Amino acid sequence: MFLSETTSMDPLFLVVPLVVFLPLLGILVNWLFGKRLGEKAIGTIASLAVGGSFVVSLILLFALRTDPQGFSVPLMQWFTVGGLDISWSFRVDTLSVVMMLAVNLVGTLIHIYAIGYMHEDAIHQGDPTRYRRFFIFMNLFIIAMMILVSADNFLMLFVGWEGVGLCSYLLIGFWFDKGEGGIANAQAGKKAFITTRIGDFGLLIAIFLIFWAFGSLNFGDIFPRVGEVAANHPGLMLAITLFMLMGVTGKSAQIPLYVWLPDAMAGPTPVSALIHAATMVTAGVYLMTRSQALYLAAPAAQNVVMWVGAITALFAAIIAVAQFDIKKVLAYSTISQLGYMVAAVGLGAETAAMFHLVTHAFFKALLFLSSGSIILSLERAMEEGAQGSGSHATNIDPQDMRNMGGLRKKMPTTFWVYLVGALTLSGIAPLAGFFSKDEIIAAANNTNGIIFVVLVAAAFLTAFYMGRQILMVFFGKARTKAASLAKESAPLITVPLIILALLSIVGGAINFPGWLNLEHWLEHTIKVHESTFQLPVALISLSIALIAILIAWLIYGRKPLAESTSKDPLARSLGGVFTLVNQKFKVDELYHFLFIGPYEKLADFFAHPVDQGFIDGIANGLGNLASETGSWLRKLQNGFVRSYVLSIVAGIVIILIYLLVRV
Amino acid sequence: MELVILTFFPLVGVLILVLLAPQQKNAMRYVALITSLLTFGLSLWVLSKFNPAGGINMAIELPWLRLANVPVEFYLGIDGISILMVLLTTFLIPIAILSSWNAIQEQVKGFLIFFLILETGMLGVFLALDLVLFYVFWELTLIPMYFLIGIWGGERRIYASIKFVLFTMSGSLLMLLAILFLGINAGSFSQPTLMANRQLFAGAEMLLFIAFAAAFAIKVPIFPLHTWLPDAHVEAPTSGSIVLAALMLKMGAYGFLRFNLALFPEASVRAAPVMAILAIIGILYGASVAFMQKDVKKLVAYSSVAHLGFVMLGIFALNQEGVAGGILQMVNHGISTGALFLMVGMIYERTHTREFSKFGGLWKVIPVYSGLMIVVTLSSAGLPGLNGFVGEFSILIGAFGSKVLGSPWFAGVATTGVVLAAVYLLKMIEKMFLGPVTNEANLSLKDLSARELATIIPLVVVIFWIGIYPQPFFNLINPAVEQLLQLVQSAAMVLH
Repeated sequence: MFLSETTSMDPLFLVVPLVVFLPLLGILVNWLFGKRLGEKAIGTIASLAVGGSFVVSLILLFALRTDPQGFSVPLMQWFTVGGLDISWSFRVDTLSVVMMLAVNLVGTLIHIYAIGYMHEDAIHQGDPTRYRRFFIFMNLFIIAMMILVSADNFLMLFVGWEGVGLCSYLLIGFWFDKGEGGIANAQAGKKAFITTRIGDFGLLIAIFLIFWAFGSLNFGDIFPRVGEVAANHPGLMLAITLFMLMGVTGKSAQIPLYVWLPDAMAGPTPVSALIHAATMVTAGVYLMTRSQALYLAAPAAQNVVMWVGAITALFAAIIAVAQFDIKKVLAYSTISQLGYMVAAVGLGAETAAMFHLVTHAFFKALLFLSSGSIILSLERAMEEGAQGSGSHATNIDPQDMRNMGGLRKKMPTTFWVYLVGALTLSGIAPLAGFFSKDEIIAAANNTNGIIFVVLVAAAFLTAFYMGRQILMVFFGKARTKAASLAKESAPLITVPLIILALLSIVGGAINFPGWLNLEHWLEHTIKVHESTFQLPVALISLSIALIAILIAWLIYGRKPLAESTSKDPLARSLGGVFTLVNQKFKVDELYHFLFIGPYEKLADFFAHPVDQGFIDGIANGLGNLASETGSWLRKLQNGFVRSYVLSIVAGIVIILIYLLVRV
Repeated sequence: MELVILTFFPLVGVLILVLLAPQQKNAMRYVALITSLLTFGLSLWVLSKFNPAGGINMAIELPWLRLANVPVEFYLGIDGISILMVLLTTFLIPIAILSSWNAIQEQVKGFLIFFLILETGMLGVFLALDLVLFYVFWELTLIPMYFLIGIWGGERRIYASIKFVLFTMSGSLLMLLAILFLGINAGSFSQPTLMANRQLFAGAEMLLFIAFAAAFAIKVPIFPLHTWLPDAHVEAPTSGSIVLAALMLKMGAYGFLRFNLALFPEASVRAAPVMAILAIIGILYGASVAFMQKDVKKLVAYSSVAHLGFVMLGIFALNQEGVAGGILQMVNHGISTGALFLMVGMIYERTHTREFSKFGGLWKVIPVYSGLMIVVTLSSAGLPGLNGFVGEFSILIGAFGSKVLGSPWFAGVATTGVVLAAVYLLKMIEKMFLGPVTNEANLSLKDLSARELATIIPLVVVIFWIGIYPQPFFNLINPAVEQLLQLVQSAAMVLH
């Protein structure tokens, strides 16, 4: 379970630093030569860099089959000061390699997809010169993510954690001069960075606590000693794990810090797929799984984790029902699915969390990239329409599902892969999402009845909002001219979609009931509970999903939305409730009222009345007081500094001369 | 002897400058630049001979004069606390001179002479081990900076320069009294001798601590003694701001280490919680006020109050992580804030404004400038992989477990400063570089010239170097801090 001496290490393990250095090479090549090489080459180099990183992960997978206990591969010492002794070592074990495989596999496919996507997007956004920058940032993200998952101590993990946050910031605001008012994208990036940094505050405190409790930040020094330290400091593990949870709610978009993720959809769609669905946002789940030993020592914290995850799963699913932006639906769905994973960790079902993390990476990346295919197609159609009619065609929002409709016939490949993604997200057997979600719901069934009900309710809503989305986008008739002109995307875009669809179909095999490959794989690194397949639970969740899809069909399928301006049928029946949900329960406004506004007022109070008025006033007042006491003083003060300075100069010159003579 | 050569070498340049005719502006600039580069070379020579574990290195001790019948010595020495300050000084002065190349066109000769005298003064401050000598150098730095702001500054330069001088002088007068008191009571002005004979002035430790702290706190500056800083920065020319923020503020923090901690360890232990609270107020208050600024340079100036708050918190954590982290953070602040002022100066030279409302969307127009500025800003925000992170982390983790502070609350509250830093720094990035270009005049801006790149690239290299491999810096710092803290720890033992 713990790291062995490096002496007996299979040399295959030594390739692990390449997961960081291959993408770094990609950046260097693209940075230095990209301008001359052209777009295709830039995209190919970046994709190869991530693909290479995937191959390295496969090699590590192979090496671990013979040495499943794993190794720590040292690279360099970072710094030593006092009791802090930080080195950069790569932890290669069954848990980290699962993350590397998932990130690099999905990452490679998304990079390939982006070769085509960003070409069109860059033209559409009017600045093709940023094509190269995009791939540099994407490779940088892979580097940071690899540092995060391969870290052997909490500080390197934090380095990766902040690094992915930076890339997220840069890529959300990639079209930094676009969006509402030309600034909305940039502000979305800022919001993401600051909100997650609030969480990072918690993670930092957790790290400080760990350091002073264990005298080290190395995983190998901490996890084996949890029992002993917890016995000496009751309550400490609770503090550590709860502060850590704060970091998780930021990065993995859980209540109360989830608010940045929907806005993060301002980033180009490949970014939404890679960073804000498949990989970065799962970092919190990975962190808690990695720190399982700490959570096991703090059952109360586990409870909190469970509730945070379950409530987030339900809450975000409710909001997703009333959204019209195709990517916003998927964003809230991501928050909701991350809630499942977090809840799973709280339930002590870390394997189920990791399982769902991997399958979710497949199908959510699939859904986002497919939505990108649709958005591009509509944008293209809008431009063609504009040229055809010779006038400025109606500029519609290409992400609003009300502007779509009937795309099933126009974009058949996209339709079929989207359907696969939607069904697997809805938990329809035998697709991947069915098995992974079911494992979490089964764990809830074993542990806590209320959580079970909450998660099943969220599953119902999941199937419903995906049914609604499919029906609004692909069925009925085209509700805008652009939708009627839409065409299927090029193979460079559809082929990665097909591969992801296949992975979403067969992904359940990773931890298929009875085989439990992932479980047996992870038990070398973390404690696992043998999960059992519960037929009643499976039947309940499956039938709930089917009923939800049926209801969605009754509402949106039987009588499709007629016009892009038609009211949502739910809005007609629910009225104000629907509006409130559509406005995301006004949580952004609430936070602004409670936190942002008051901070701005306070800062302004400090900056003006306090600093320039009061504090500076005292200083200047002392001066004025002096000058007003009499004209003699005024005179003295007028010439004061200059004469004073002169006398100092004279004095120093004399001293220097004296010194020179003496020496 | 090495240290004497190093300290006074800039005056060689002054002598040459005196001989040049006023219209030979370029020649004068080259003389100053080469002098400062050679000084930097000399400091590397000193570094090559430096032994971190050897305490005070290359000491030179000469009898000088007598004050109240107590011998004053010309006493220079270098150790792990001062060496990085010396290197920072010699590294930044050439950059500052290069940054003034086009900006300063009036009275170039005087400007450069003051600059080189300032360098000698600062090197003297960091190297002097005799208290009177230290005081002489300390005051010596004041004069050239007064003129740099007062002659080559902006519109309100007279107000700002007088304010700067009056603030600093009022603090240092108290320090002068304390120095005289020490010398008369202990019979020596030598810092090492005084350290060894602390019992001679133990009764007045707290008063002496306060007197020295008054001088240093204004310089750092510690809240609420900071209001001279934004005025001085806004009015100072770019090169003056670089030196002021990157180097002169460090004189205050350095003074705390060299004199307050070393001479008055018991008072330091007792004062630590108060100092830590002031430091934390500085962090949170500085960040909040920075956030509200409409002028880039003012924002950077207030960010210094916040950053130096971290440094002071580390110093008064009084443990290895905190103090060593604090010293590294002094270097980091010098590099990052120096770079920020440098780059604010570059945009000011082009647009003659520093108002956020006049910028926006610059990334599209001047990508090289914008990219570098974003890197520097992120380093100031403490992003891992860049220099600010290692120092800040070390300070916070030190303060968190500090036995002297005795509570994790100090560091806990200070850590919120990490969030606030992101708030004001990302606002700066957004207002300057993101969004559309709102000011049409900016569409024709030119990106960085070769000379400008030559000033900023070395700083960016160091930003990455310290971020990725800070160990060589800690190797210089660690042994000296260990020695210093042994003293403090035994003092703390006595107290408890």
